[in-house]
Amino acid sequence: MSLDMPKFSDLDALYDENNARVATEMYEDPDLFALEMEKIFKNTWVWVAHESEFPDKGSFKLSQVGLEPVIVVRDRKGKIHCMVNRCRHRAATVCEVKKGKTSSFQCPYHGWGYGLDGSLRALPYPEQYGDDFDKAQHGLEKLRTEAYNGMVFATFREDIEPLEDFLGEGVRKYIDLFMKQGGGFPVKVLGEHQFSVPMNWKVQLENTTDAYHFPIVHKSFMQTLDGATEEMFDFLDKGRGWVEDLGNGHSIMMMIPELEDLDEGLDAPIPERFEELAEEIRAEGYPEDQVKKIVRAVGGAGFNLNLFPNVSFSLAFFRVLTPINVEQTDIRHIAIGMDGGPAAANQARMRLHEHFQGPMGFGSPDDAEVWERVQRGTKGAEDLPILVNRGMVDEEPGEYGPRGHISAETGMRAAYKMWKRMMEQ
Amino acid sequence: MTEMSKIDSKSLLADVTAFIWAEGAMLDAKEYDDWLELWTEDGLYIMPMGEGEDYKNQLNLCYDNDKMRRDRIGRFQRGFSISSAPPAQTVRTLSRFRIEAAEGDVIKVTCAEHVVEDKFGRQRIWAGDAWYTLKVTGDGFKLHEKIVRLLNSDGMLNSFSYLF
Repeated sequence: MSLDMPKFSDLDALYDENNARVATEMYEDPDLFALEMEKIFKNTWVWVAHESEFPDKGSFKLSQVGLEPVIVVRDRKGKIHCMVNRCRHRAATVCEVKKGKTSSFQCPYHGWGYGLDGSLRALPYPEQYGDDFDKAQHGLEKLRTEAYNGMVFATFREDIEPLEDFLGEGVRKYIDLFMKQGGGFPVKVLGEHQFSVPMNWKVQLENTTDAYHFPIVHKSFMQTLDGATEEMFDFLDKGRGWVEDLGNGHSIMMMIPELEDLDEGLDAPIPERFEELAEEIRAEGYPEDQVKKIVRAVGGAGFNLNLFPNVSFSLAFFRVLTPINVEQTDIRHIAIGMDGGPAAANQARMRLHEHFQGPMGFGSPDDAEVWERVQRGTKGAEDLPILVNRGMVDEEPGEYGPRGHISAETGMRAAYKMWKRMMEQ
Repeated sequence: MTEMSKIDSKSLLADVTAFIWAEGAMLDAKEYDDWLELWTEDGLYIMPMGEGEDYKNQLNLCYDNDKMRRDRIGRFQRGFSISSAPPAQTVRTLSRFRIEAAEGDVIKVTCAEHVVEDKFGRQRIWAGDAWYTLKVTGDGFKLHEKIVRLLNSDGMLNSFSYLF
């Protein structure tokens, strides 16, 4: 596929930035999808793992960069590598274990063996390749890999900016704030819910920066909360939050500003609804100041940080999208907790995660339903645009970029602006 | 485990099978108020992920005590949850029953469960192993623990608007 494919020569027709209108074919054209996989997912930093998912030397996990299967692994010196899961001989995957520990990867077909850094170590009967066969030229295809505060990203591009520059100052600030929900312990992945939804990946890209849907789609979740928590989630009526474009397609949706920095407000008494949990943590032998810090961290942060193109830091979990085809996207909701923290705190975090997230949660199934309904609805009146212009009326310059009302579609506009920039390249 | 004569164990197997079939029929018919009444108050309904059995200390698809069961059913019934208004329709079969233990008033039984769901005219098939801990009471059996482990429970699933 080439850039000058006439079909998509007019990117303005696909995303009209001035009026914030998205063309329907953005969700349903398979050729456009193929182009996106090439121009976006092969040309930027894509989230692949959290460091706690492969903590030891030789631990690995399988992941994906766009459509390509990759292995993320820690070598004997602790260095992180990411490589395409494809034997250099005849393309078989060299690993089909989702997570584990190993000293090497061996292709099951003809036995080519690769080291933890992807280098080709040995192959049976090499003499048939002749004397000039160079093993150094036949390692697994490597991706450039960098991490920030435990989050591991990979890219096929050697020449793009370092990860920290791609994230930018605003994103780095909010990642650091988000990770405070370790409550003084390192953040650790506790498990993940996975579900596949018949929708284009950009429907999901929009959703984590969409506060407007929350009281509608998640009414049945809100009805199961205690009064104080329900009040906290009533962020549209309270209206103190905001959405801000952080550059490079990233955005922040600050729903509960009093939970922006979990280290603040620690002098306040423990809310009554957390008293039972606090008592359990005290019983595990933690001093009172630490109990307060842990209890406050259990509920998570007060914001969603949305990163282009595939990961969000959402209140208390990570949400990862993997495009499958133009009308199918896999979603992972990754539960996080406190590495070495009190058992009661991690139990509480997992129960909170189960309450909202995943195939049986009180929130995710309703999200999945409306995402699918978007995809189904696009079959009608295909010339109508999708509107992402909400909140343009009173958008103001923020700290890092345009800032709008908590229910503004500022974050979607940030993502589509980046989408266009990458598709133009 | 109590020694059971062949006749006793056959009769017990028939009784628990009838109870679990009736429970399955309730879930297909979405007779959730009746279903809630089948439970002991401290009973747990769990759908785990992967192989682990330390349910309290691992992430599950659901880990429902009495309050969570009632909240879940309330969510299904009130009409505000778009995924369950309308919900998928289901037809399930339960088979391969085996009594694993019967001691005092506690019976442990396991079986296979197949569920076919239909929504938007699209059918999906789910299979899993189920483990029940039943308590014998004056009112007949009560559910004390029910664990359903789907095939691919820790892999890519879809969202569910019904119970297994």
